[in-house]
Order: sequence, then structure tokens, then C-alpha cells
Amino acid sequence: MPATYEPIATTTLGSAAASITFSSIASSWTDLRLVLVATASGGTKFLRFNSSTTGYSNTWILGDGSSATSGRSTSYPRLDLNSQDTGDSTPSLDTVDVFSYAGSTNKTCLMTSSHDENGSGQVMRQVGLWANTAAITQIDLLLSSSNTWSAGTTATLYGIKNA
Amino acid sequence: MPNTYTLISSNVLGSSAASVTFSAIPSTYTDLVLKASTRNSSGGTCVIATTFNGQASGYSVTRLRGTGSSASSGRTSSATYLYFSLTDSTYTANTFSNWEMYLPNYLSTTSKPVSNFSVTENNATASYIDVNAGLSNITSAITSVTLTADGDTFVSGSSFYLYGIKNS
Repeated sequence: MPATYEPIATTTLGSAAASITFSSIASSWTDLRLVLVATASGGTKFLRFNSSTTGYSNTWILGDGSSATSGRSTSYPRLDLNSQDTGDSTPSLDTVDVFSYAGSTNKTCLMTSSHDENGSGQVMRQVGLWANTAAITQIDLLLSSSNTWSAGTTATLYGIKNA
Repeated sequence: MPNTYTLISSNVLGSSAASVTFSAIPSTYTDLVLKASTRNSSGGTCVIATTFNGQASGYSVTRLRGTGSSASSGRTSSATYLYFSLTDSTYTANTFSNWEMYLPNYLSTTSKPVSNFSVTENNATASYIDVNAGLSNITSAITSVTLTADGDTFVSGSSFYLYGIKNS
């Protein structure tokens, strides 16, 4: 059986950093899966494809321990992962599955965010869209307001092949 | 490149059991994925109580639930287990609930975030979809995972699969 779930690259921060970048992503796979286990100084976690600052939208559902809400962003300059789980020392888990990332259609993805803090926290699921037909060759993980990813943050990009 | 999504162990129950444990989990991988298909023996709904390394403290969960008619969120703090998922004995025969747990960096020396996704579907009312954010305060490597049918038993045919994912 061929390998269908392969690590492309992984980063473990030895010191705080403003961004984590996966670049020169080959078109060897069908889908991408990003796994981020992070702490950060604050701000909103978000990503961009190919350094683009246009064409993003998402629809989300969120539970904060007391209520469930849903919302949407359109014509947005980035894809937010979760806006309220940074600025503390408890690691959060985010995953992003990007489908047909090397194809010539707009790019859709499913995103999960899990951040429980023993008495607070959020759980979130999203569908995201990057309305761009270019192949994705770069993913940047960023934080708003000049915040930084903390040392120990890990990010791994996997490639999934359908044949 | 290596294939990194590897089956570590599985357990398909030949008879009912109160719990299932995966022990001596090797330190070969980066992340763990646990998939299960379960049904309980009696008593209506039943929690799948998840613990690591036999520890019965330091767990919390934030939950988002859809029932087919509404969505809600709840929380369990300072708990003796990860309050994950539901399985139900009142459902149509041969109908099992399904769930998946993702545990990243299980060898790390920090507290462990966990993601869980579970469903019970019955072609009727009283079905659920749950997504959970969990946390364990265990700061040592996870070497065992125990799933307990809280106050009940898993029926024969319930299945459990533990996978390891390696990032290099």
C-alpha cells in the first residue's frame, strides 16, 4: 500500500516568533493537513495562503461552555483560526484540512480549534474558502497586533495523497 | 517519505467489557488518534470516560453539541476523566456511536490539549453530534489510554483503534 499520509515539514519554535511559514509546498499530494499546537503572547491566530491578503471567507460554529453561536466573515484578508485562545500558557490544538490545494479551483478547507482551560475556553469548527484558483505553495501562520508564537509551539504540515 | 499514520493497536470486543485500555504506547510517534465505534449495554445514554496513564484527576472539557433541533455548549472542569461522547442502549439494534480523539504531542512535558468528535445517529430523535475541546494536566508522556463505559459496559462488537502519527 502506498504512503498516503506523509509529513512535509514540521517546525518547533525554540524561541518566540512572529510567524511560521511552510513554503515551496510541492504539488505531490491531493490534500494538505496542518496540525498546530500553540501558545502565543496574544492576538488572533490566522493563516494566509501564498501571502495573499484577499479572497478569504469562513463560516463557523463555536461553543464557549455556556452557549453555542455561529457567524461568518466575508471578503476578509485572512482566515482566522480562533480569536480568543491566545495570551495564556495552555496549549491549544488547531487543525486545517485543505482540499485539492494544487488544483485550479477555489480552495476550501475545514478547520478545528480546541482550547479548553479547565474552567474556560472554546471549541470551534469552521469551513473556510480562499477564492483563488492558484495552487497553494505557501502557508503562513500569523498573529494579529504584532503578537508572537511562544517557544515550544509546534506546527506540522502533512500531505495526503489519494492514489 | 515514510507513511506516518500507523495502526498501533486495535480491540474489537468479542464480549461486553466495562473498559478498554491501550497500554505500553510506544514513544515512536508525535500524535495519537483514537477511533472507536461503541454501543453500551443498558441504561440509555452513557459517557465514554477517557483517562490517561491511569490518572483520575486534572481533566476538563468544553463541549459543543447539536441535537438535530438545537445547538448548545457546556463545560466540565476539574474532572476525574475526559467527559467525551455518548453511546446509547436505546437506539435501534446494531446502531453504534462513532468517535475520534486527536491527542497531539503526547510525549510532551506540557499539559495536553485534546480534540474529540463524536456522533450518535439513530434515524430518530435523541441523536447527537458533539465536538469537544479537552485538556489533561498530565505533564509526562502518555503511555496508556483507558476508555470506560461509565457505569455500564460496551457491547460485543464495539471496536477501538489506536493510531500513531509521526511528523518526520
